Amino acid sequence: MIDILLSLLILAGAIFTFIGSLGLARLRDFYTRLHGPTKATTLGVGCLLIASAVYFSVRDEGVSLHEVLVTLFLFITAPVSAHLLAKAALHLKLRSLTPTLKEGDDTPAHL
Amino acid sequence: MLNIVIPIAFALVSLAFVLSFWRLLRGPDAPDRILALDTLYVNTIALLVLLGIHLGSALYFEAALLIAMMGFVGTVALCKYLLRGDIIE
Repeated sequence: MIDILLSLLILAGAIFTFIGSLGLARLRDFYTRLHGPTKATTLGVGCLLIASAVYFSVRDEGVSLHEVLVTLFLFITAPVSAHLLAKAALHLKLRSLTPTLKEGDDTPAHL
Repeated sequence: MLNIVIPIAFALVSLAFVLSFWRLLRGPDAPDRILALDTLYVNTIALLVLLGIHLGSALYFEAALLIAMMGFVGTVALCKYLLRGDIIE
């Protein structure tokens, strides 16, 4: 029973990690590329860390909390670094697929 | 069941590594490369955790924690440099 749960968690974690990197490699501009690693990869690594916590809790007959520390740290820092990256990209005025609002406009230019 | 799943997971995370590394080499602008580095360190944590389960050793978490901290500090420092042209003002 525990084996099946662990296998599911590990498989889900690995697939989400892969999808995050696939998004990073395939999407077409920086602002869309930012989505892949910051959401999918974080969720994938979170799944893997939970799997590891369950595995060591069952094996050593005591709650294993190291992994929760890494998970917590990762979940706090990922949005912060994504925010800083987006700020840096806006500062450098990187090319975007859909133009954003100019000052004074009510609707975006492509609508 | 775990003996089958863990090699598959290793293969998927390694493919994720290759894709991020491709973006690191190619990525047209500096933020793309920083994002690729960020993804690479998160992938490293995933690989270390998998290795810990595979070998049945709890020692790898200290390494994962250290990589998480240093990676975050590195990303923030690089972004700060792009934003301000200086890291410590």
